[in-house]
Amino acid sequence: MTRNIIISSTFHLLIIIIATMSLPFLVKKPIDLPPIISIDLIQITDKTNIPFAPKAKKIIEKVKKKEKEKLVSEQAPPKKVKKEKPDAIPLPDEKIEKIKKQEDKKQNPEKIDSEIKQVSEFEKDELFDPNNIAALIDKSKEERAEEIYEKNKITQDQDKSINIIGLSLSEEDALKAQIFGCWSIPLGLPYNENLLVRIKLKLKPDGSVIRSEILDHARMNKPGQGFYKVLAESALRAIQLCQPLRVPTTGYERWKDLQLNFDAREMLEG
Amino acid sequence: MVLRYLFILLIFLPFNAFALIEVDITRGNLNPLPIAVTPLSIDEDSKKNFKKLLKKNDIGSEISIVVKNNLKKTGLFNPLNKDAFLQKSDIAHLKPRFEDWALIKAQALITGKVAFIDDKLRVEFRLWDVLAGKEMMALAFTTVPNNWRRVGHIITDKIYERLTGEKGYFDTRIIYVAEEGPKIKRIKKLAIMDQDGFNPKYLTLGNELVLTPRFNPTNQMVTYLSYFRNLPRVYLLDIETGVQEVVGDFPGMTFAPRFSPDGKKIIMSFAMDGNSDIYTMDLENRVVERITNHPSIDTSPSFSPNGKYICFNSDRSGYQQIYIMKSDGSKVKRISFGKGLYGTPVWSPRGDLIAFTKLHKGKFYIGVMRTDGKGERLLTENFYQEAPSWSPNGRVLIFYRETKTNSKGEGFSAKLWSIDLTGYNERLVETETDASDPSWSSLLSK
Repeated sequence: MTRNIIISSTFHLLIIIIATMSLPFLVKKPIDLPPIISIDLIQITDKTNIPFAPKAKKIIEKVKKKEKEKLVSEQAPPKKVKKEKPDAIPLPDEKIEKIKKQEDKKQNPEKIDSEIKQVSEFEKDELFDPNNIAALIDKSKEERAEEIYEKNKITQDQDKSINIIGLSLSEEDALKAQIFGCWSIPLGLPYNENLLVRIKLKLKPDGSVIRSEILDHARMNKPGQGFYKVLAESALRAIQLCQPLRVPTTGYERWKDLQLNFDAREMLEG
Repeated sequence: MVLRYLFILLIFLPFNAFALIEVDITRGNLNPLPIAVTPLSIDEDSKKNFKKLLKKNDIGSEISIVVKNNLKKTGLFNPLNKDAFLQKSDIAHLKPRFEDWALIKAQALITGKVAFIDDKLRVEFRLWDVLAGKEMMALAFTTVPNNWRRVGHIITDKIYERLTGEKGYFDTRIIYVAEEGPKIKRIKKLAIMDQDGFNPKYLTLGNELVLTPRFNPTNQMVTYLSYFRNLPRVYLLDIETGVQEVVGDFPGMTFAPRFSPDGKKIIMSFAMDGNSDIYTMDLENRVVERITNHPSIDTSPSFSPNGKYICFNSDRSGYQQIYIMKSDGSKVKRISFGKGLYGTPVWSPRGDLIAFTKLHKGKFYIGVMRTDGKGERLLTENFYQEAPSWSPNGRVLIFYRETKTNSKGEGFSAKLWSIDLTGYNERLVETETDASDPSWSSLLSK
């Protein structure tokens, strides 16, 4: 009897020891995991849409200033730095500073530098202020005017109040890659001619095409432009074959009207 | 008052207009276009009549096979297997169910109908854009029943032009030298055939050695080199009548003849005392004009399509290279500067390129370069190949290739090959016998 009690208590003791050794997590408190922060990774591009992020701008500017100061003190001796300082600062920076001063007077003083590309969703939410919509419009006008001047494609009459919110590079690349696969380029086209076909599309939210319109339609029936008809038809076939197009899942208003510029010249010239 | 408030409200309303997003598409694929070529439908009476006349069970299917083979050989189209077709061809000709054709991945559809009317063959066909769901072209031809293969070629030309934007090259002929017998005792005859190798006809008997036949622009005359009575001279042959004559009265050897673009002159080389120069002869007044005057060997002249320039090869630099000059012989300019020897230059019918044969490190190449000598591209390489000739649309070259003989002198053969400007679509051109020196005609139906 006593023997059995000893065996039993030894066994129980063993189990308790093993349990305390192997199951320490039962004693420990759960780890405090930080909340998951979702971040939009956007590729750096001129065309990339940049939301307003004045806070981010301020931070980056501060960091930049600090970096500049550091670099100067590390790389150059003090005397040289004094001499080179005025020369070392490039003129465009001066201009930017002037522009910044001017901007301060404007409705939207916290306008972001175009180089800032990465912003968290939280910041976006914080930054969105319905009262600043008018300011947004103003900014778009400025940018649009610059684009019109550069490209000379769309006149002011056509678009007087517009927001420049294009596709990001990755979105554009996805769409291009899809259409590249669908477009069988007619090989017999004269590569020394203008081989640009512009097609305007009206899209559904799922990327399927509601309506397609050749913008230079008149050219199709012009004498000596038979190749243009062949090219335009091949572009339309590519759109038909590719649909639904790989468009972003959000921002339908942005891309519901889309213009595809098919240019075969690069391919045919080889 | 209300209007004023409304106006103020409109001003301050947030605008929701967006700029039109533009995406540039600068690349595409060069995959062959999937195309469905349905057998041309035919009624029973017509079928019987054609069977009596042409010994063909179903002339509609035969014509569609001609079209299908032509399209396939271009490398630009992928004719689909007819077993995959979901709709009958006669119904498809009236109204295709585009969904059915799209389902088998066809992007273009050819339907048609054949009928025997007044002892003639009437063929109508339609080309459909499957994805757009619309008719692209509809044409009808009436001809003598024996011309059924030509009808197939003409249909292909129309389809090719409609889908690629350039003229076709199917309703054409090729003149070449048919060869038979062992290499040391070769019998060579002038022969002519359709571009797909059908309907071969021999124009000479093979008693004399013949070389370098070339069509005139109307395809009725041929100029070539013949060793009649062992004297190599340039001859002119009328294909219809069979009448032939010597071109000019030269005291020495004439060779490498070719017509001018207007067909009024023949340009050729004349060799005497080890010197070879280029001459032209007016076929109307027989006036001979000397174009080059150089102690080197100038040969293989070829006019530009506008007749203003001539390309030729010459060894005046010490090595055989390609030169161009004005048609009067002035402003001679060397354009080939690559390693190796260049010969047989031929100006493209488009005028943008010059095709040539190149010999470098014991290998022969067929290549093209721009008319200023830049952009040289070698399309194909082999043990021995030469004499490129352009298709009338300037997209394909035909040339001949010889194989090596073994130690016993056996195994020699000469065959015609074609290659397109991409350099990928290389094909053997079927001929009854061995063949060399091909020359492509212009389009028979213009």
